[in-house]
Amino acid sequence: MLAYVVRRLGVAVLVALTVSALTFSMIYLSGDPAVALAGEAATQADIESIRQYYGYDRPIIVQYFDWLGRALQGDFGQSHYLRAPVAEVIFERLPTTMLLGALALAFALALSIPLGVLAAIRPNSLIDRAALTLAVVGQAMPSFWFALTLVLWFGITWRLLPITGSDSWANFVMPAIALGYYVTPAVMRLTRAGMLEVLAADYIRTARAKGLRPHTVLFKHALRNAIIPVVALAAVQFGFMLGGSIVIETIFAINGLGYLAWESIQRADLPMMQAIVLVLSLFYIVLTLVADLLNAWLDPRLRTA
Amino acid sequence: MSDQTLDLAAIRATAPTPAAKLRKRAFGHAGFVFGAGVLLVIVAMALLAPWIAPHDPYDQVLDRKLIPPVWFDHAKATWEHPLGTDMLGRDYLSRLLYGARISLLIGFSAMAISLVIGTSLGLAAGYFGGRVDAVCSFIITTRLSMPVVLVAIAVVSLIGSSLTVVVLVLGLLIWDQFAVVTRAATMQMRQRDFVAAAETLGSSRARIIFGEILPNIAPGLIVVATIEMAHAILLEAALSFLGLGVQPPLPSWGLMIAEAKGLMFFEAWLITVPGAALFFLVLAINLLGDGLRDVTAPENRN
Repeated sequence: MLAYVVRRLGVAVLVALTVSALTFSMIYLSGDPAVALAGEAATQADIESIRQYYGYDRPIIVQYFDWLGRALQGDFGQSHYLRAPVAEVIFERLPTTMLLGALALAFALALSIPLGVLAAIRPNSLIDRAALTLAVVGQAMPSFWFALTLVLWFGITWRLLPITGSDSWANFVMPAIALGYYVTPAVMRLTRAGMLEVLAADYIRTARAKGLRPHTVLFKHALRNAIIPVVALAAVQFGFMLGGSIVIETIFAINGLGYLAWESIQRADLPMMQAIVLVLSLFYIVLTLVADLLNAWLDPRLRTA
Repeated sequence: MSDQTLDLAAIRATAPTPAAKLRKRAFGHAGFVFGAGVLLVIVAMALLAPWIAPHDPYDQVLDRKLIPPVWFDHAKATWEHPLGTDMLGRDYLSRLLYGARISLLIGFSAMAISLVIGTSLGLAAGYFGGRVDAVCSFIITTRLSMPVVLVAIAVVSLIGSSLTVVVLVLGLLIWDQFAVVTRAATMQMRQRDFVAAAETLGSSRARIIFGEILPNIAPGLIVVATIEMAHAILLEAALSFLGLGVQPPLPSWGLMIAEAKGLMFFEAWLITVPGAALFFLVLAINLLGDGLRDVTAPENRN
């Protein structure tokens, strides 16, 4: 187990470093960042002073290690637009996105796990078919369109929920549903498949033969084992949702990291964009690491793979 | 002796051929038939757009703006604009038909690029194993840890958005599933006797990889191809919706929804129509993929 943990940690660190290099080189995609920052009316002297001010005149590799060294100390530089430290702004916005992600995940799990279990208890029944239809339909709906449709019904037609902002719990209901439903099909299918496999196992037959109540067999014996891969998937999906919340946050004007990313892109605020991409990637790397270690701890067969 | 030969011939004559069995399974699969049918209709719409569109999709007639679709009981609704007109007086049906071209073009091209990248990585990792596998797996893990939507938006905004840029960026981002599936399938195929036989016969590596392994893992790749095409179509729509994908006045369905967003409280059908079109296209492709997987799965053959 220890060897596996060390190897897995090493891979995670290497991936994080590669991602940081890719994120850093992003600013050179548009050509010369100094020219981009200076704007159209800038003279050659303006560009030169900007280049020196931000250190773009140094070799790229020096710039990268300088940037990485500061980033490791929590210093992502100054926002070009907000004139504030990038790290400060990010940590101000991060909790909102985490809350949205957590609520979305809670919604997805609360819907998909019961449906998956019900579908597995009676395969090919009406419930199974309904759950499958829901999954197929859910996967085909563009999230931004679904979000706008929710706004139309719950915000405009029935006037049940506020449509923008992030001040009260009611603001988070629609965004959480719009962000979470996309994950439901995958979790539901995995729960269903896991339950079907476990329910066919010998120890379930033994438990039933002992005369245990169906209820006990289902929840204490079957679900407990079938839920393991679902937990790992949920961790990974949480990372996906943090990265994908940009669309939903923009629609509902939720003051989180996604909305900040969109604003920064509009303002060509490069240090902010770099930091957001890096922070969200790091979250994903840590979440998949936790998921893999959790899986390996619970299922020894994976440790040697 | 002769009786037996006769029997065999009779059985061969009456037994359906494998191709006929496949057809029967395909047409008996409701999802496959529905998906293929809807996709065919949308492809036909896209190909025939210049001939069947009632108006020019870019033609602005300002005194005919915001005519509701014909199913609304409204004085302005007219069969001349069956799906109405948008805020610039452009015929919505014509824009929808031309928009199908953009969705299909971007979805297919981005999928094709990611197919080439992902399959190459997966084949190399699965066939050579060892260090090659370690490097390829590392590349796959790195790609997976970067948030697709965010990176796509950032890169497109830095390079400047156009149809080509959107296709390239999406193609370079969504190859992960191809790589993961190809790697696993290649590893399995590598153990099979026919690969060992080809090696014994002295076939070149290229011949084994592309002549023996690739054709055998192709059915699984077709399923991934449908998923990724649907994925690319949804991503393009999301990018265009955020204003960082296809640029106006091109009639991308995502862009149509973005343009109508400000008016959605008054004219909800403006977002319902292109949204429904996107939904049915993605649904059809997903159903086709699920259907292909069921129909071609070995365990369903009898």
